[in-house]
Amino acid sequence: MKNDAPHIGLFIPCYIDQFYPNVAIATLELLEKLGCKVSYPLHQTCCGQPMSNAGYESETCGTTEKFIKDFAEFDYIVAPSGSCVLHVKEHSPSIPKLKKNQAYVQSRIYELSEFITDILKVDSIPGSFPHRIGFHASCHGLRGLRLASDSERNDPGFNKTLQLMKDLSGLELVELSRRDECCGFGGTFAVTEEAISVQMGKDRIADHVDKGVEFIVGGDMSCLMHMQGIATRNRENVRIMHFAELLNQAIS
Amino acid sequence: MSHPANATAFLKDQSRAKWHDETLWIVRQKRDQTIHAIPEWEKLRDLASQIKEHTLSKLDFYLEELEKNASANGIKVHWAENAEEHNEIVGRILEEKNCKAIVKSKSILTEECHLNPYLESKGIEVVDTDLGERIIQFLKQPPSHIVMPAIHLKKRDISDIFHEKLHTEKGNEDPVYLTHAARLHLRSKFLEAKVAITGVNFAVAETGEFVVCTNEGNADMGVHLADTHIACMGIEKLIPRRKDLGVFLRLLARSATGQSITNYNSHFRSPAPGKELHLILVNNGRTKQLAREKFRNSLKCIRCGACMNTCPIYRRSGGFSYGSTVPGPIGSILSPGIDLKKYSTLPFASTLCGSCSDVCPVKINIHEQLYEWRQEITKAHGTSAKGLSMQLANGIFKSPLAYKLSGKMMRAALKNLPESIIYNPLNVWGKSRNLPETPAESFKDWYKKNRK
Ligand code: SF4
Repeated sequence: MKNDAPHIGLFIPCYIDQFYPNVAIATLELLEKLGCKVSYPLHQTCCGQPMSNAGYESETCGTTEKFIKDFAEFDYIVAPSGSCVLHVKEHSPSIPKLKKNQAYVQSRIYELSEFITDILKVDSIPGSFPHRIGFHASCHGLRGLRLASDSERNDPGFNKTLQLMKDLSGLELVELSRRDECCGFGGTFAVTEEAISVQMGKDRIADHVDKGVEFIVGGDMSCLMHMQGIATRNRENVRIMHFAELLNQAIS
Repeated sequence: MSHPANATAFLKDQSRAKWHDETLWIVRQKRDQTIHAIPEWEKLRDLASQIKEHTLSKLDFYLEELEKNASANGIKVHWAENAEEHNEIVGRILEEKNCKAIVKSKSILTEECHLNPYLESKGIEVVDTDLGERIIQFLKQPPSHIVMPAIHLKKRDISDIFHEKLHTEKGNEDPVYLTHAARLHLRSKFLEAKVAITGVNFAVAETGEFVVCTNEGNADMGVHLADTHIACMGIEKLIPRRKDLGVFLRLLARSATGQSITNYNSHFRSPAPGKELHLILVNNGRTKQLAREKFRNSLKCIRCGACMNTCPIYRRSGGFSYGSTVPGPIGSILSPGIDLKKYSTLPFASTLCGSCSDVCPVKINIHEQLYEWRQEITKAHGTSAKGLSMQLANGIFKSPLAYKLSGKMMRAALKNLPESIIYNPLNVWGKSRNLPETPAESFKDWYKKNRK
């Protein structure tokens, strides 16, 4: 680790902490391999997104306050989840007494691939991952944080997450027929609109499976958890992987 | 009925649902193709959005300008505060003309005002002349899409309807044959009607004229054959100058169907000699929406329908699942402004994926307004059971100890998602999805052992 390396506060969304510790470990290790100094504030909990998206933004003041206090001391805050980052940036309620700290936190929080490309200025990661993968572009990262260009707009094409994988030897990126359709998770939507949510997930998986994908790779465990739940239930022959795990495993 | 219940019912017929999704997706792909042929597409969207924004900020001024210039052109201008007034105005004109049958084209607004049943109750025959609208009129159904009103029906359905109503050959599904039959049928209606009603796509304040866009030319056919033309418009359909029109005409057809321009863009400026031209300006809740800062720019909508075609929820639940005149994403932000209680499930019928906002030619931030409506709805509904569990959740996430305990509890005993536990005591998640496998330890535990 370089001495002048920025100090990163690692934000691990609640469900990743509880259900996908390997994704959190991979994120930590990857950042360390890239020369960063990373700390995980032990008392962190959740960003409040599930409540806000359900219409209870005003009920998340306590959670938001806690988040600001936990992370205000770092140079950057990095999370392996576009959706939670977007929430902190745009949808957490303003806390007047912590105005300055909140603005700081909101301007310093990054999704993992965004942080690696835009702040660490890493163009691509060397290594090998000899598999056929399909990329699931999660909506909040895609259209909220603009981690990639989307198919609706007429913009020059880019994709910050895929850019990092472009030089991995053996990796075969499969082109999907609907490259950025939503998987149907949507937080509480997955429960309140169960029928559509499941249908969307099935359709999304079918697009990958039809093209012979081995791994569905994405940047938001919530979407991946939803798809994994459906794929496992239906015994689909496809695996789900967060790109942090992929890169951490592939890096040479 | 709530959206989730309607959507569940729609998805029961899996093959029809799949077909609905794929059909609309094809329309969206056509749209993608044509917009990519226009390098300045995003600039056009910006421009359109700014023009509309400006117009809305001076709506009163431009409406008066429109009234003044239209009146000077010989158009009779009427103002309707709500649907009832709109219908009464139409009814009065028809009475004066002693008119018993009208033809109508392109008006979601008359649908919004429930004009057809009103006129029918007065013994007036109403014939919708857009092919799609005529088809659903035979079925006594409302439109399921604002641009493709009969998109929920297959060729086979239409063949059956025409066989019953127009006595076409049973089982003949040839589109050319069916369209021909519809044309003959409609022609007789056009010839009978003394009054034609149309909608308005754009009204130009500067010139006091308005433009109606159709692909079938039926609005023109109706208007030219009738003695009286009544045009009905929502007050938001305004643009300041004629030169702004080019921006919108380029955006409208491409967004709607992927055509570069609508087949017929007819300008109506003054009545032909010996004929009458009426223009009804309808409010019906629009100024209320204008006053709601967070939602006002929903009035920029030019009704292209692109947000419906792109919406993964709309495609998989159909237009009727929304239970409102304008369905889909834009409907879900307009309808709660009309009746918050009745339409309370609509803002939740979205994953907030944002595709609607990026497809919208006038850049309405639809998904953000859906989010804002959610906040309004939970406030308006008071402390429900869900509200309490949210406060509970805030309590859990505020306190690391409580979170840890509940996390442990969840992992060890309940083996469920934090979210679905909080929101729903019944395991809706698990109906068609497996739960993630429970790891031996959380990341937090791992970190304490390995890094501290
Ligand atoms: S909201 Fe935008 S995309 Fe939807 S119908 Fe209106 S103009 Fe078209």
